[in-house]
Amino acid sequence: MAIRLTIPISDDSIRSLKVGQSVLLSGIMLTGRDAAHKWIVDTFIKKTRPPQGDDLEVFQAIQPLLNGGIIYHCGPVVAGLDTGHYRFVAAGPTTSIREEPYQGDVMRLFNLKGVIGKGGMGEQTLRACQEVPAVYFHAIGGAASLIAQTVQRVLGVYKLEFGVPEAMWVIEVKDFPAVVTMDAQGNSLHEKVRQESNAILENLLA
Amino acid sequence: MRDLTQEILELIRFTSTNLPEDVEKALREAYAREEPGSAAHGALETILANVEMTRRNSTPICQDTGTPIFFVCYPEGWSPRRLREQIKEAVALATRKNYLRPNAVDSLSGKNTGDNLGDQHFPVIHFEECDGEELTIELMLKGGGCENVGRQYSLPDNTIKAGRDLEGVRRAALDAVWQAQGEGCAPGFLGISIGGDRGTSYIASKEALLRRVDDANPNPELADLEERITREANQLGIGPMGFGGKATVLGTKITTTHRLPASFFVTVSYMCWAYRRRKMTVRGEQVTYE
Repeated sequence: MAIRLTIPISDDSIRSLKVGQSVLLSGIMLTGRDAAHKWIVDTFIKKTRPPQGDDLEVFQAIQPLLNGGIIYHCGPVVAGLDTGHYRFVAAGPTTSIREEPYQGDVMRLFNLKGVIGKGGMGEQTLRACQEVPAVYFHAIGGAASLIAQTVQRVLGVYKLEFGVPEAMWVIEVKDFPAVVTMDAQGNSLHEKVRQESNAILENLLA
Repeated sequence: MRDLTQEILELIRFTSTNLPEDVEKALREAYAREEPGSAAHGALETILANVEMTRRNSTPICQDTGTPIFFVCYPEGWSPRRLREQIKEAVALATRKNYLRPNAVDSLSGKNTGDNLGDQHFPVIHFEECDGEELTIELMLKGGGCENVGRQYSLPDNTIKAGRDLEGVRRAALDAVWQAQGEGCAPGFLGISIGGDRGTSYIASKEALLRRVDDANPNPELADLEERITREANQLGIGPMGFGGKATVLGTKITTTHRLPASFFVTVSYMCWAYRRRKMTVRGEQVTYE
């Protein structure tokens, strides 16, 4: 049975989640992928570039949404670009490992309770999951139209100049399906599968 | 020359929203093999529900509608220059209709063009003048997740003990599948090219993916190798989405191209489960899709 979680999610709820559990997420989340993560890290963590344009305003607007919240690694297909009445048409997860250099710091900065993506993440993110605490939710890659059906409303968008896929979309979801594959106790299904498959590979290449 | 813009738009819609039957069949068979109640089983169930939904609703199977790769075979008398214009127009229209996500990004400025029209290499269009009266356009939409896990090996490669023979090809292919784990949206399909230079080898590996899932390689030695790579890749237990499970690779297609004496490339193009490729054929006034 899937566990229902409402965003913002409490630390206790997060700590109780275990690798392998199915969840249904409801509430408000933000999409964010390569450009967004690099922008956050460069501007507000490493501070290698000064804030420009609406950077500070956007930061203040997303901060309360991300406190106890979730970033979804997703570059959606969005209808209504000409009218501003946005609707998600297709919105599956993108590969998360590209955010590995940034994710842990971004989790700590905002007190994120989770990220949703596909393919899993590495050691640095797993460590941050234990500290913050947070978990990694795995959505089904490619199941884009099905997942888009769980997006009830598009509440807004930040940094649309990054392009439609890279912008930060604020969405309200209901019963968004995912599986916990990295938990706050330091367990990673991805690490387990990697190690087990490596032993088999060595046999096949012996 | 006839204007095919609307027909090409339909090819794009069809490709983005309607998974080919042979691919769906392979996914259904994989679903039947996974343990009920497992994460792998659940993933394939969701995948198949999505496939049915997108066919019904005419929405993209995957939000990453990928690099549009066209293979055009035109009879004498057609103008590739004008066909290119029509393809580009159709791509921009398909983007406006949300069959495609705007995916063309300037590599220096990071700016997305918004209509999937980039420089002369985006969309990708391969032209070939062919015998006969038929014009065919094959379209493959290849997403970034699976494109990123493609690999090219220059044999001999001592790290995987791969020499310049079919055993070396097997080693490279299994290594590529292991490296990819679930990141390429397993269960996937492998297009493998042996030979060529680096560039042609990658192109040939994608052309291999135009073959049907259920066909057999006419070369018996390569047919055996295709079967063996698929079987052994599944023994790795990576499974759908990398959750662990039986279905990791649902098909392998191998092709060869001539190489330099000095070079022996093995190129593995990984195709995600959302294996989107369709074909349109123009015969006189008639246009058909498959």
